[in-house]
Amino acid sequence: MPRVSAWFVRGSLCHLVGGFTLGALLLTGKGIPLGSGLWALRGAHIEMLLVGWMIQLVMGVAIWIFPRFAVRRAPQLSARTAWLAFALLNAGVVLVSLGGSLVGAGRLVEIGAAASFAAHLWGRVSPAGLSAI
Amino acid sequence: MPPLSRWYIKAAMLYLVAGLFVGALQALQQPWHLPALLAAAGPAYVHMLVVGWITQMIFGVAYWMFPKDTAERPRGNNAIAVATIVLLNAGLLLRVVVEPMRAWRPEALPGWLLALAGVAQALAALGFAINIWPRVKVK
Repeated sequence: MPRVSAWFVRGSLCHLVGGFTLGALLLTGKGIPLGSGLWALRGAHIEMLLVGWMIQLVMGVAIWIFPRFAVRRAPQLSARTAWLAFALLNAGVVLVSLGGSLVGAGRLVEIGAAASFAAHLWGRVSPAGLSAI
Repeated sequence: MPPLSRWYIKAAMLYLVAGLFVGALQALQQPWHLPALLAAAGPAYVHMLVVGWITQMIFGVAYWMFPKDTAERPRGNNAIAVATIVLLNAGLLLRVVVEPMRAWRPEALPGWLLALAGVAQALAALGFAINIWPRVKVK
């Protein structure tokens, strides 16, 4: 797979482990009292798993397997938009996970990641061959 | 498709159907006067879908489709892979049963069972990451 896809997938695996660990803490807190502050981790748990794990993995695999005709036409620009999406997505997840006043900034950064990812993939959504479905 | 992927994907489909079934029962709990236990099944319903269906489906397809690790161990460490699917499903099933029961009647089941469910699922995530990491290859 391309280097950028590998980084997307590795990033998603890090968020998977981190998000499940926070989930285990939250679930433990429901059964054994661990302090009232524990519930503040819920936002980070959801963000890491929904955006950091699932969305990031989908992006990484899409960049890996989609047809590459458009990449051949403009390889430098294509690589830049993919790397930018990776950097912005992970920065956004970290900002949102930190919580408080950083949540809004993190969401804006994530919009930038989504736009950059769409700019990268848009031209690659093409009829490369016939499909039965 | 390797046998473990078939198990993952079949289990994921069972969770999809069961999760939507629980969601429907939860929505009908008040109008149909169904057991109050269902009112506490919200987190279980969500996790049946995001862990049992989506994450488990991803695990199964990734285990099947990602580049091979080595010729001798194409899909990584088999013991870790088996432990991952067992821990994920045991942890999730435990959560789905214990969490609503305890929310309904806290004395019904001990709280440490929820900790056990959480740790089992976290270990499953770690096992999956450890096993798939060497298969994320730049080419």
